[in-house]
Amino acid sequence: MTKAAELAKMGEVLTNSQIGGRRNIAYNGAMQISQRSTSETGLGATTGYHTVDRFVLNMGNTAGRLTMSQESITDLSGFAKAVKLDCTTADTSIASNERLLFVQRFEGQDLQQIKKGTSDAEKVTVSFYVKGNANATYTLELADEDNSRFVAQEFSVTSSWTRVVKTFVADTTGKFDNDNAHSMSLNIWLHAGSDFTGGTFTSNTVHTTANQRVGDNQTSFYDSTDRTFFITGIQMEVGSVATPFENRSFGEELALCQRYFKRMTAGANTRITSTARADNTTRARFTVHHNIKMRSTPTVEEVNLDLQGQDLSAISTVGSSDLNDVIVTRSSGTHSGGDVLEVHQLSNTATLDFNSEL
Amino acid sequence: MQISNAKYYKDKDEIICITCTLNGKNSAIPLDPANADYQAIQEWAKIKGNKIEDAD
Repeated sequence: MTKAAELAKMGEVLTNSQIGGRRNIAYNGAMQISQRSTSETGLGATTGYHTVDRFVLNMGNTAGRLTMSQESITDLSGFAKAVKLDCTTADTSIASNERLLFVQRFEGQDLQQIKKGTSDAEKVTVSFYVKGNANATYTLELADEDNSRFVAQEFSVTSSWTRVVKTFVADTTGKFDNDNAHSMSLNIWLHAGSDFTGGTFTSNTVHTTANQRVGDNQTSFYDSTDRTFFITGIQMEVGSVATPFENRSFGEELALCQRYFKRMTAGANTRITSTARADNTTRARFTVHHNIKMRSTPTVEEVNLDLQGQDLSAISTVGSSDLNDVIVTRSSGTHSGGDVLEVHQLSNTATLDFNSEL
Repeated sequence: MQISNAKYYKDKDEIICITCTLNGKNSAIPLDPANADYQAIQEWAKIKGNKIEDAD
């Protein structure tokens, strides 16, 4: 950032009385946190969270496939991690409804400072670092999910790391709901059919038309198995100036992410709990408290867990965003109601997930 | 999202969640309208041939 830009930003924050506090609205922008996995292959069929926390791949209706991984990087000063998308199956016959987007979703109550839908609405600036295997053009979009309003700008990728900075116009129409539901998406369009590209694209202009969402110069990520896309340092902030990336500690970032997803892992010598209380011979229950209040009551998922040495046949739960009573069931057993049992791994590393993602 | 074996689960005479296999994992979806999986399974159940079975 130049001195002039720093002074401009200083003036802006003074004017807006936002001297302190966090600037970056985005989560896990440095791609540090990956509770689920560091690499997943064969992705492309269905939307989902696969590797780094808080970033979802919105995709469908395409034969294209990719590998998504959290990469350690040494060629971008100040950053140690990035996401890499690697095309493994090309799709050059693009049907109208095909799509691939790299997305972060936000709660409405976390966006009220943008003042969207009011006469005081603020501009929003998004910045990030990207590179690829070759030159490409993709589309960065802010999607207002409460009011179905969209604004987008194209950006360029080269084979070297480049910082992209895009400032979006203030939108005085359509407020974000002040609640824990999905109000906005930060979308990076990487592949799109004519349902999204067929209309005339107008850069940085708010609209409501689906087929005008993606830029006219859009590259298809699936055009070749040579195609790669690296990204890190994502920052979204109020105002018209991109400030330097706001670094957060690993612990801070993990805590922020755990509002949406928390994984507990049991290995050879670690247990999810040693104090599950048996209801009867096949069923026991234990309580998990969430140090970070989750966005909603979470879905509970298990892989490879056992109850006192026997594989689980089912898992159920009752709870809130603060805690879950987890009820685990096995097909048979010899214990009596009131016995205290262990929940740990069966034969391989086991996981117990709490998911309240948007 | 791949859903199978969906069934309401009753504990102490009260339905508390939906048990299912979600993307290949034993899962329990809470009856919370703000939960994205709850929203998704309600949409899944509207498709002909899909049903959330009654609790035992």
